[in-house]
Amino acid sequence: MEKKKVRIVHYINQFFAGIGGEEKADVPPGVIEKPVGPGMALQGALKDEGEIVATVYCGDSYFGDNLEKAQEEVVELIRKYNPDVVIAGPAFNAGRYGTACGAVAKAVTEKLGIPVISGMYPENPGYEMYRQYMYCVKTGASAATLRQAVGPIVKLALKAGRGEEIGTPEEEGYMPKGIRKSYFHTERGAKRAVDMLVAKLRGEPFKTELPMPVFDRVPPAPPVADLSKAVIALVTSGGIVPKGNPDRIEASSASKYGKYSLCNIDSATPDKFESCHGGYDRTYANENPNRVLPVDVMRELEKEGVIGKLHDYFYATVGNGTSVANAKKFANAIGQELKEAGVHAIIVPST
Amino acid sequence: MVKELERVTGVPVVHICTIVPISLTVGANRIVPAVAIPHPLGKPDLPPEEEKVLRKKIVLKALNAITTPVEEQTVFTEPQLW
Repeated sequence: MEKKKVRIVHYINQFFAGIGGEEKADVPPGVIEKPVGPGMALQGALKDEGEIVATVYCGDSYFGDNLEKAQEEVVELIRKYNPDVVIAGPAFNAGRYGTACGAVAKAVTEKLGIPVISGMYPENPGYEMYRQYMYCVKTGASAATLRQAVGPIVKLALKAGRGEEIGTPEEEGYMPKGIRKSYFHTERGAKRAVDMLVAKLRGEPFKTELPMPVFDRVPPAPPVADLSKAVIALVTSGGIVPKGNPDRIEASSASKYGKYSLCNIDSATPDKFESCHGGYDRTYANENPNRVLPVDVMRELEKEGVIGKLHDYFYATVGNGTSVANAKKFANAIGQELKEAGVHAIIVPST
Repeated sequence: MVKELERVTGVPVVHICTIVPISLTVGANRIVPAVAIPHPLGKPDLPPEEEKVLRKKIVLKALNAITTPVEEQTVFTEPQLW
């Protein structure tokens, strides 16, 4: 029996649609009723098993600036073509594009109940934000890696479009969706754990059932030569902020950090500071914020000449459920400022 | 955060934290153990003056860490302060 041809709508941004670069990033959603740009490569690999019946595009800035509206508009355009599956991107490491692809995946999944396949570089924020809504193939950082991504994307699109069962990330070549699927294993957990341990002790390969995130390393910076001349900054993830939390830093999953003056402040007293952290009991920090941000003793050490100077500003965020990507982004911005300010060392108390 | 700060600034960054294994996992190079999660630099059951002395000792340990050359991740455990 001949298999039904899978109907596909492809979502891409203005750049890949050939409309223009950054200067055209504010174009609203539109449709081209044929494969365009990367869609040509996808269509080539689909052969006659599937057909890209329409390409829906939207400018990345338009999407980002009108998130709700753009999602609705894109979904309405996709709905008209009654597809079996939607392919979004691939977005590689383009942050806005990846976020748009992810948002499209979420809206299509929720409103149309149609599976979505995408492709992104693992660090694309769109993957982390929307991974549960799509089968996202791992790509390289740039569009030069399109060719390698086409095969797995097309394979997943055909399977999903036909309503076939999609296997695990390893089997199918997509990145984990962060969804736990229960199934009966032939071996009980205790035996599997001991088997792994034995394999590890024997130096044999084994596959963990709970992979840990991988962190890269930074070589240690050289020490401060003369503390008595050093400017030292305080940066904390413990959520110490001026009373009232003027920047409204979130109690968890912080989306920002604050920069606050320490000029003429000899101690982080409870009348001026408080904790806005939602991940620990704030009683002690609110009673005496120096317990997290040691301004009192830093000032003493400054007066005693042990250190040259406490930097005029401290930086604070909340490290509670905050994504590694956000923490890195904050630290990058804070680091740039502290570098320009010429600080010699940084103390990071965390809770 | 600690790692990215050190990468961007190129100056020593010392992490004062309670859960040292997390700090090791995320890649801090200079680590000074803290008292407890809700009060890393305090011990509320001590009289305020003694508590401040303890806080100063922890900060001095952190300052010692930033003046010490390290080749790899180092936890500055000595002296034991509490």
